[in-house]
Amino acid sequence: MSFNFQRKIVQPSIPPVLESAAAGDETCLNCLPHGVRARVVGVRGEGSLPRRLMEMGVVPGARVSVIKAAPLGDPLEIRVRSYHLALRRSEAEAITVVAGD
Amino acid sequence: MSTLSTSPAPPLHINGLPLSSPQRTLTIALAGNPNAGKTTLFNALTGLRQRVANYPGVTVERKEGFWPLAPDAPPARLIDLPGLYSLDAASIDEQIARDVLTGRASGHTPAPDCIVVAVDATNLARNLYLVTQLLEIGRPLVVALTMFDLAARQQDTELDVAELAAALGVPVVPVVTTQRRGLDALAAAVARAAQEGASPGAGWRLSARAEEEIASLARSERGKADESNARLCSLAGARYAAMIELYAEELPQDAERRATVEGARSRLAAADPRWWQEPLLARYEWIEQVAGRAVRAKKGAPSASRTPTERIDRVATHKIFGPLVLLLVMLVVFQAIFSWAQLPMDLIDHGFGSLGDAVRASMPAGLLTDLLVDGVIAGVGGVLVFLPQILLLFLFISLLEDSGYMARAAFIMDRLMRGVGLHGKAFMPLLSSFACAIPGIMATRTIENPKDRLATILIAPFMSCSARLPVYTLMIAAFFTGRKVFGVLSVGVLIIMSMYLLGIVVAVAVAWVLKHTILKSPPPPLVLELPPYRMPSFANVVQTIYQRASMFVRRAGTVILAISILLWALVTFPRADAGVRGGAAAATDVTRQAADVRESETVQPAAGASGVAEGAAAAARGSGDKGEQIRNSFAGRLGRLIEPAIRPLGFDWQMGIGLIASFAARETLVSTLSIVYNVDDGDEQSGSLIEAVRNARRPDGQPAWTPLVAVSMMVFFVLACQCMSTVAVVKRETNSWRWPLFMVSYMLALAYIASLATYQGGRLLGFS
Repeated sequence: MSFNFQRKIVQPSIPPVLESAAAGDETCLNCLPHGVRARVVGVRGEGSLPRRLMEMGVVPGARVSVIKAAPLGDPLEIRVRSYHLALRRSEAEAITVVAGD
Repeated sequence: MSTLSTSPAPPLHINGLPLSSPQRTLTIALAGNPNAGKTTLFNALTGLRQRVANYPGVTVERKEGFWPLAPDAPPARLIDLPGLYSLDAASIDEQIARDVLTGRASGHTPAPDCIVVAVDATNLARNLYLVTQLLEIGRPLVVALTMFDLAARQQDTELDVAELAAALGVPVVPVVTTQRRGLDALAAAVARAAQEGASPGAGWRLSARAEEEIASLARSERGKADESNARLCSLAGARYAAMIELYAEELPQDAERRATVEGARSRLAAADPRWWQEPLLARYEWIEQVAGRAVRAKKGAPSASRTPTERIDRVATHKIFGPLVLLLVMLVVFQAIFSWAQLPMDLIDHGFGSLGDAVRASMPAGLLTDLLVDGVIAGVGGVLVFLPQILLLFLFISLLEDSGYMARAAFIMDRLMRGVGLHGKAFMPLLSSFACAIPGIMATRTIENPKDRLATILIAPFMSCSARLPVYTLMIAAFFTGRKVFGVLSVGVLIIMSMYLLGIVVAVAVAWVLKHTILKSPPPPLVLELPPYRMPSFANVVQTIYQRASMFVRRAGTVILAISILLWALVTFPRADAGVRGGAAAATDVTRQAADVRESETVQPAAGASGVAEGAAAAARGSGDKGEQIRNSFAGRLGRLIEPAIRPLGFDWQMGIGLIASFAARETLVSTLSIVYNVDDGDEQSGSLIEAVRNARRPDGQPAWTPLVAVSMMVFFVLACQCMSTVAVVKRETNSWRWPLFMVSYMLALAYIASLATYQGGRLLGFS
C-alpha cells in the first residue's frame, strides 16, 4: 500500500490531539477543518463500527476530507476516496487522519 | 451463524461428466453495492418476468426473475440479492446474501452457477471491496460495470476495461442499462463463465500465522464432515468457511466449535491486537493494485472540479436552505396524498357503492346478497380505496429514493431523530404515516437495524392518518363550529391541530420508552452513503409501485376482506326477529352471551330455510328496523357488554358499537353511528347525522354527546390502533402475530388511559 504521505501541515490551526505526543500532526476526522484534504491513518476501537468504516474504504492511506456538517451540526458529510458518506461526529472521532495530500 | 460450519457445493465440472448441458436452467445471483445500479440492471435483464417474496422466516425480500441468456436455451433464474457493501457484517441482508451465494439458503436454492456483480465505475475502489469477497467464495464471477458512460464523461480519470478484467481475473462487461447497451455481451459472458465453472479465487494471502489458523480450522471442520459423510467438502470451500468463521464478529453457536475459534482468535490477538483488520487491509491493498493498473489519470484534465451533485448539495443540505427544501418536498408529498388522491378515492368509493347497488338490485334480497354487498364488495372496496394514496406515496418514495434525495433527508433529520433514539432513516416512513400508516410501515424497510425498524413500525400509527379526519370532522361539525378564540382562531382548527400534535408527542415518548426498554440497542451508527444525484429511471419507478401495490392488495387485502366479512356477520346476526329474544336477556353476562351465540347459530339455519319469504320480510322491514337490528346483533350485544368499561370515558353502548366497528377501519365510526342512530345517509357531511349526534339521549334523558365526550372520543381515535389493514401489514412486515398484537394492546391501553384522563379531568375542571 502507498503510505507516502507528505507530512506537511496545511492548516497550522489544527487542534493537536490524540494518541501520542510524537504524532503531533495526527488528528481525528471530527477535528479536521472543513475542506482540508487528509489521509486516513487508522480507525480506533473494535466491533462493528470500525469494521463497517473500513469496509466502506476508510483504511489507512485513503484520501478523506470533511465537506460540511448537517444543518443541526451533526452528522458530518465526508468525502472518502471518490464518494460521499454521512457520519456522526462521535463516529468520525474514531478515525485518525493526517492532513496533507 | 451456525450455517458457517458447512461448505458450499462442489464445483460443477466433475471429470468425465459433460459440462452443464445447454438445456439445464442456470441459477445466477446478482450482487452489488446499494446505488450501484443493480436494481435497474435486474429490471432490464428480466423485464416483467420477476416475482417478489420473502425469505422464509425473515423480512428480507427475495426477488427472482427469468433472464433469457440465449434464444435457444431456457432462461436462467436470476436471483436479486439485497444491496450490500460487504459480506462480513452480521446484518440479516448480508447473512442471507452469503447463504444464497454459497448455496445454503433455505428454499431449495442451489449455489449459483455464476455470480454477476454490479460495479459502479464511478466509485471503483469501494465497489471492488464486495468483488474481493465474492472472489473468495470461489464461484464463477462476471463483473457488470455500470455507470460506465458517467465514468467516461465526468471524471478526470480513464478506466481501462481490458486491464481491469486482467487484473481481477474475471470477465468485465461495461453496461449502460438505460440504453440497453452491453446486456447481450453480459449474457454471453455469463453463459460462458457458467459453462467453464472456473474461478480465479482470491488474489491475496494473509500472514503465515493467520493462514495457519485458518487451515487448522478448516481441517478440523472437514474431518468432522468426512466422518459423518454428510457432505462432500471442497478444499476451497472449507477454507472459505473457516476464514469467515475466524473473522466474523460473532462466534459459532456450537460450544465445542466456539472454543476452537476463540482459541484461534486469542492466539492471533496475542501477536497483534489489530489481527481482525488483516483481511480488510489485505483486500484493500489488492484493490489499490488493481485500480492502479486499470485507472489512469487523464492528461490535461482539470483536477476534480465540483460535480453536479456537489453543486445541488450546496443548496439541498445547506444550513438554512436544506431544511426549507425538505419542508417543500414534504408539502408536495402531503398535498398529493391529501388532495390528488381524493378524486380517484371517491371514484373507487362510488364505483363500489354503485356495484353494490347493482348487485342488490339484480339479486333476490336475502342473506347471500347481504353478504356479497355488505361483506365482500364493501370489504374489497375498503381495501382498494387506499390504493390511490399508496400508489402516490410510493411514487414519491421511489422518486426520492432513486434520485438520491432520501439519503439527504436522513442526513438533515438524523440529529432530531437521534434525540428520540431513532435513525435518520425513520423520518420518511413516519412522515408518510400522516397520510396512511400502511405505506409508511412498508417504507421502514430502508432501516437496516431490526430493532430501530420495529420501533419505527410500532409508533407509525400514532401519526394522525387521513382515516381519522372524517371522525375529527364529524365531532367538530357537531360541537365546535363557529366558536373562536381571541376572535380569529377557529376552535375546530385548533382542536384538529392539537390532535395531530398529541399523536406526535405520544409517538416520541413511546419511541423513547421502547428504545430504552424492550428494543434497547446502542444508538445505531450512521454510516450512510450520500450517493450522487441521478435521474430516476421510469421503468424502475413503475416496477416499484407495481410490486408494492400488488403486495398490498394480495397480502393485506385477504385479511381485510376476512375481517370485513366478520364485521358484517357481527352486525347482521342474529337477525332481528330471531335475536330479540336472546338479545333482551344478553345484558352483560359473558357466559350467557356465549350461550346466545350458540342458540342463534341453531336458530339461523331454520330462518335461512324459509328462504325468499324471510328475505322479503327483511327487506320490508326497511331501514326503520336497522337500528333495532344493530341493537340486537352480536355487535350490539358487544357494545352493551363493554359499556361499563367505556362509561368512565364518557361513552355509551351505541358509541361502543361504533368503537368496535372502527377497529376494522377508523372511518367506519361515521357510517356505524348513522346506522345506530337510524340516519339514512351515512355521509359525514350530512346534517342529519350531526343533528342525530347532537340529539342523542341517554336513558336518563341527558344528552349522550357533549363537547367533552367528543374530545374524549377524538383522543381515543388519535391513540388507538383501530385499523385492520395496519395490523395486517405489521403482521406481514414482522412475520409474526406477536408485534401486531403487542401494538394493538399497548395502543389501546394508552388510548383508554388518555381518554379516561380527558373525560374525568375535564369533568373535574367543570367542563361537560
